[in-house]
Amino acid sequence: MTFKYNNVYIHDTSTITGPYESNGPFSKLYDKSYNDLYFGYPTWEQAESRLIEESVDVLLEKINKTKFDIDLFISGDLLNQVVASNYAANKLSIPYLGIYSACATSCEGLIIGANMIESKQINNCICATSSHNAAAEKQFRYPVEYGGPKKKTTTFTSTGGASAYLTYNKKGIRIESATVGTVIDLGIKDVYNMGAVMAPAAAQTIYKHLKDTKREVGYYDLILTGDLGEIGKNILKDYMELEYGISLNNYNDSATMIYDLKKQPVYSGASGPACLPLVTYSSIFNRMKKGDLKRVLIVATGALMNSTMVNQKLTIPSIAHAVSLEVIDDIL
Amino acid sequence: MDKNKYKDLVNRHTPKENIFINALIAFLIGGLMGVLGQFLMQIYAYIFAIPVNEASIFMIITLIFISSLLTSIGFFDKIVNFAKCGLIIPITGFAHAMMSSALEYRKEGLVLGIGTNMLKLAGSVIIFGVVSAYIFGLIRVLIGVI
Repeated sequence: MTFKYNNVYIHDTSTITGPYESNGPFSKLYDKSYNDLYFGYPTWEQAESRLIEESVDVLLEKINKTKFDIDLFISGDLLNQVVASNYAANKLSIPYLGIYSACATSCEGLIIGANMIESKQINNCICATSSHNAAAEKQFRYPVEYGGPKKKTTTFTSTGGASAYLTYNKKGIRIESATVGTVIDLGIKDVYNMGAVMAPAAAQTIYKHLKDTKREVGYYDLILTGDLGEIGKNILKDYMELEYGISLNNYNDSATMIYDLKKQPVYSGASGPACLPLVTYSSIFNRMKKGDLKRVLIVATGALMNSTMVNQKLTIPSIAHAVSLEVIDDIL
Repeated sequence: MDKNKYKDLVNRHTPKENIFINALIAFLIGGLMGVLGQFLMQIYAYIFAIPVNEASIFMIITLIFISSLLTSIGFFDKIVNFAKCGLIIPITGFAHAMMSSALEYRKEGLVLGIGTNMLKLAGSVIIFGVVSAYIFGLIRVLIGVI
């Protein structure tokens, strides 16, 4: 399912990160980075909620508006019952939709917001996403202080909150079209190889997007997937060739960009819903505004993993949503 | 693409874990732990003037204390990550698992936080330790009867 938009723009964005991200290559491009994982709050879950709240606060300041000017707040995260978003929404008191597609949440939010703006149901909205390394480890894996050995395919959940302000006023980056993905499951059970779980979903969504819009891969200056990691990235390239006969040349994965893979101990790369928006709203938008990139397809990939189902020996389904971003001529 | 074909594709891209190096590290560090344990036992036996096998309890307490303390300070996970099963299989691994769980849930209260979750990782070690002790006990009795 692909939607076309005529008048939806990402006016401005904000990014707040934790310490690992600020040691990565885009450290100077984030709006704010913390040196620890608590940000002055007693628990990681509360800290994650603060990430969303603060990213919205910073964004409102950047666009010079108050929360009363915002029609809708769409947010999601990895925690059970999207609790980080819920508690942030409680403090913000903007009409709120809580969403969940694991690490594909960022694009899901953009798609919902863009559709509502295009159909003139709302004038503007803020789409936010967060993830928190320690809170996610605690919920999905082992205790944070537990040092059991990890597989090389493991990914490292990124810590950050990212918000985008969407409006129909022509300014910033244009959301040109979007493709809603379908859930796919190719039988991977390994919770420490999420790249392999999500690669087919990314491939399918990219293929469907290109087919629906009748475009070649070369139409985009960059196709950027969410959090496949180094290993998942290579799997996707091969899978794309074998399954759809498409070779991805202008392709990268945000999980391999946000950290310095050689220096930081992050195994196969980053993960988490915040990973793609953190990279997109910092480095990619920067390059788009400079004129380096004109058309970018971001593909957020989510492993719809649930510990209970995995313990019941079920395989892990995955999903990917794509959003096509374009530079508008005015700002060039 | 069918699931088996995809599994092959994934396997082709999945880096192999170096089992030999991992086992060697675990063997050396596990061995060193054994030497340390024996050393502590001899020391305690000498200081308290007790038999060596009674001194083992003091040795275990010492090792549990050290690994719990290092876990709380926050760098035992890095040591375990390097040493792998060399520190996980000995009593240090058990203490580390319990302590890290306790730390994780300490903000959720004494009973529902620490009490409920402290054995989250280590609980199965106790359960299956008891079960296997029972089975081996039975085998021993049976052999004795024969």
